[in-house]
Amino acid sequence: MGLGRWRDLLTLRLRSLFRSSTVDRELDEELQYHIERQIELNVARGMNPIEARHAALLAMGGVEQHKEVCRDQRRLRVADNMIRDTRYGLRLLKRNPIFTTVAILSLALGVGANAAIFQLIDTIQLRSLPVSEPKTLAEVRADGPEAFGTYAGLNARATYPLWQIIRAHQDAFSAMFAWGDGGFLVGHGAEARGARGLWVSGDFFPVLGISPEQGRLIGPGDDHLGCGAGSAVISHAFWQAYFGGRAAAVGSVLTVFDQPFTVVGVTPASFTGLEVGETFDIALPVCSAELYDRRFNERDRWWLTIMGRLKPDWTIARANEHLRALSPGFVDATIPTGYDSGFVEGYRRLRFGVSPAGRGVSRLRDAFATPLSLLLGLTGLVLLITCGNLATLMLARASAREREIAVRVAVGASRARLASQMLIESLLVAAGGAALAVPVALLSERALVAFLSTSANPVNLNLTADWRLVTSVGAIATVAAVLSGLLPALRVSLVHPIVAMRQAARGLTLDRHRTRFQRGLVVAQTAVSLVLIFSALLFIQTFRNLSKVKTGFEPERTMAVFFLDRTSQGLTVEQKAAFQRQLTSEIGSVPGVAAAASSTHVPLGGDIFSHFFRVTGAADNERKASRVAYVSPGYFGTLMIPIRSGRDFVDRDDARSRPVMLVNESFVRSHLQGLKPIGATIRRLEESDFPETTYEIIGVVGNTKYADLRDEDCWCDAAVPMAPIAYIPLAQNPNPYAWAPVIIRSGTASAGLASTIAQRVERLNPAIVTQLIALKTRIRERLAGERMIAWLAGVFAILAMTIVAVGLYGIIAYLAVSRKNEIAIRLSLGSRRAQIVGLVLRENVWLMAAGLAIGLPLAVAAMSGARALLFGLTPTDVPTVVGATGLLAATGLLAGALPAWRAARIRPDQALRLD
Amino acid sequence: MSRPADLVQGTLDLLILKMLALEPLNGWAISQRLKQCSGDVLQVSDGSLYPALHKLEQQGWIGAEWRPSENNRRAKFYSLTRAGRQQLEKEAASWQRLSDAISLVVALPES
Repeated sequence: MGLGRWRDLLTLRLRSLFRSSTVDRELDEELQYHIERQIELNVARGMNPIEARHAALLAMGGVEQHKEVCRDQRRLRVADNMIRDTRYGLRLLKRNPIFTTVAILSLALGVGANAAIFQLIDTIQLRSLPVSEPKTLAEVRADGPEAFGTYAGLNARATYPLWQIIRAHQDAFSAMFAWGDGGFLVGHGAEARGARGLWVSGDFFPVLGISPEQGRLIGPGDDHLGCGAGSAVISHAFWQAYFGGRAAAVGSVLTVFDQPFTVVGVTPASFTGLEVGETFDIALPVCSAELYDRRFNERDRWWLTIMGRLKPDWTIARANEHLRALSPGFVDATIPTGYDSGFVEGYRRLRFGVSPAGRGVSRLRDAFATPLSLLLGLTGLVLLITCGNLATLMLARASAREREIAVRVAVGASRARLASQMLIESLLVAAGGAALAVPVALLSERALVAFLSTSANPVNLNLTADWRLVTSVGAIATVAAVLSGLLPALRVSLVHPIVAMRQAARGLTLDRHRTRFQRGLVVAQTAVSLVLIFSALLFIQTFRNLSKVKTGFEPERTMAVFFLDRTSQGLTVEQKAAFQRQLTSEIGSVPGVAAAASSTHVPLGGDIFSHFFRVTGAADNERKASRVAYVSPGYFGTLMIPIRSGRDFVDRDDARSRPVMLVNESFVRSHLQGLKPIGATIRRLEESDFPETTYEIIGVVGNTKYADLRDEDCWCDAAVPMAPIAYIPLAQNPNPYAWAPVIIRSGTASAGLASTIAQRVERLNPAIVTQLIALKTRIRERLAGERMIAWLAGVFAILAMTIVAVGLYGIIAYLAVSRKNEIAIRLSLGSRRAQIVGLVLRENVWLMAAGLAIGLPLAVAAMSGARALLFGLTPTDVPTVVGATGLLAATGLLAGALPAWRAARIRPDQALRLD
Repeated sequence: MSRPADLVQGTLDLLILKMLALEPLNGWAISQRLKQCSGDVLQVSDGSLYPALHKLEQQGWIGAEWRPSENNRRAKFYSLTRAGRQQLEKEAASWQRLSDAISLVVALPES
């Protein structure tokens, strides 16, 4: 009875299924043969041919009926079994609503969450760009010591001169292109609005292989120095939103940065740029950047990303070597002028390399890669627990049905049929769980994306309920259910019916061996749950710590006003300073605004601006780096930053008076090295647009957070809670860049403040677009990732605890039931009920203790890997360990308490009677 | 001639398997041979023969093959598989047990 038989059977069954007409004909032929032989026989016996035929047909009976019977027999075998099993399984599931609900719900939650996170990770990390042949795309990156100059855009890695020289002198790429991103200002005056923009070089679209949806796309002919305002390409989404999808959009004039561009084409809807999680509205040629920033092609303006297609026989490694070797030539030819020698040395040390770019670039990926992978690990654990639970539940049920199964086996049911019936039950649960998991997955995805988005950078990911989601959900659910259902199915088919019936009847003592697997599962579940609870507690505390961290200033009722305006390009430094003062005082005079000041840096926005200094008279003559903010008088008062000594800036501190500086305490501690702060002189080293200047310190202010809530690196030694910051009067900024944001503190009500401010600004200059954001909102948005993790880890922990509780309840109940007779005997022999409770709970305690003992080292080890995500805690935080263990132990004990209590209430006479 | 004995349910399978254990046969030949071997006592009705043959084939105890027969016409010949041989032994054994038991009861002395 081996493979040969199965193979023949399979061939037979397949033939019945797919070649039923042939099989029918054969049956026909067979019956006809029989009839003819019978006719021959009858004729040989002396009947005449007609009689013979008649008799033969009579003896045969209805030929069609036979065919029908045979046909039915064949079909019955294949489909009828399955239908019957399915109906039986459905009935069974309906009779046990609790089991069914728990099983389907836990499967849906575990699988749905997994599928959602997996799809998110897939979109952010794994999916290739919708361009032709993404595998051959590569990006040129510079590795080297800290660079300098100005950076614009989310992926600024090269300057325009570097782009030109690399393109001209490399051998590894068959074609190259460059691009940058930024915010564009579209429209005139009051109707102006912001749009997401892409700067693209002439070869961008051709090399990527993108064809226009309408018109044509930017090509090499559009990109040449001095092109001014020429062609523009818009995205499909922008075409719908701004032009209403009208065909006349192509060929019309679009005002960007107050210049007239001609729309020459529309990109297809599937192309949203090369940055995952971002979209673009308008694409302009790189040469048109001159209108945005006249110095776009200077050697210290970093705003481009260089990419290209490698030649067929060039690998990434080879191209990397090639560019590294050419790097000295590149940097020597593009050394920026007007910089201190320290900067130049740093620039010379730049080395260029090549990395794969088929998946585009992604700020999301870089920022959230670790948290998302961590989440995937967590949800994987939850799924494991769910499977374990399902297996336990099904095992328990199988044990309860042992008698019934034994009877069926004895009466002749084949083990294969029984096993397949149990498998079908698990598949039914899988189907229910999968169906429910799809909406769970969709909801989870929306929630995740909502967590990750901030008002400044909304996340744009194409997450739809496509077939990939459904397939992955279905696959995970099926595997989970089948695995959990397979075990009881196997066990069932191996047990001899007589053994089963004997054991089911006895229930006298506890058979440890049989429940070994179940107990092992519960221990494993407890261990995994401890990991989840521990991590949840750590992340929740991290989030709380970060929310409560002292920022050094008062964010309540504080808002920042940002300005978008390109018309300031032609003004002189003095004119800009004067208008900035006007802006600030105009906003400050709005009723409801208690204080207003401007600053080039708004705290906790993530952006960093720094200079290099030399401290006169310092013990070491090293150049020091410090974060910098150019602020107007009243800044410290507006943000309620204490002035520890000296004085604040006044209007007198402007471009004509001597350069002065305020520093924070961290600066004094790390850079001044014992010198008295007030009166010390600091020399700011030369940078392009910032000539060397010597400042005098006139005061010391309290420490504040600069860009991030976590500890900042100060470029001195280790990370410090607050970085050194140097404040310089805004009026003394030699290189004011458009309009610095204004920070305001409002009185009580801030409703309507935004529109009033916008009106006042418009009165001053209609070309300026304002945007208001509360500082508290900004701070909250910086914690988006941490909040997401804390929230989700918490949800998972609760889920895990519920599942473990249910599992423990199940097994303790089962164990108690199987010791029913023993307990009854003990009770009748005089044990007190409390002793019985203790007896049952002993089991519980052992299981929990084992689980906790295994889980604790696992939990600490797992969290050690995620150390960087924690804040204010270490992975071995003792209170958290105690808390997590206690929480889980309490849950487990509670879960076992109910069956223990029930066991103690057994009536000995009834229990012993029922056998 | 006495009425042909009604075959006990389930024994048809046993008889067919035994017939095919002797040599491969087609359906017509099986019914003829059965009649001959049993001395005309066992006559399978044609209506129950073919369903039984097909059931046995579906269960994998007999295999089938189209071959030319005596009169040079094509016919479906059945033969016993190895699994079928095992099944035959099992059924023969349980038939033996059954018939022994019946004989025992029938041979009880009446008072």
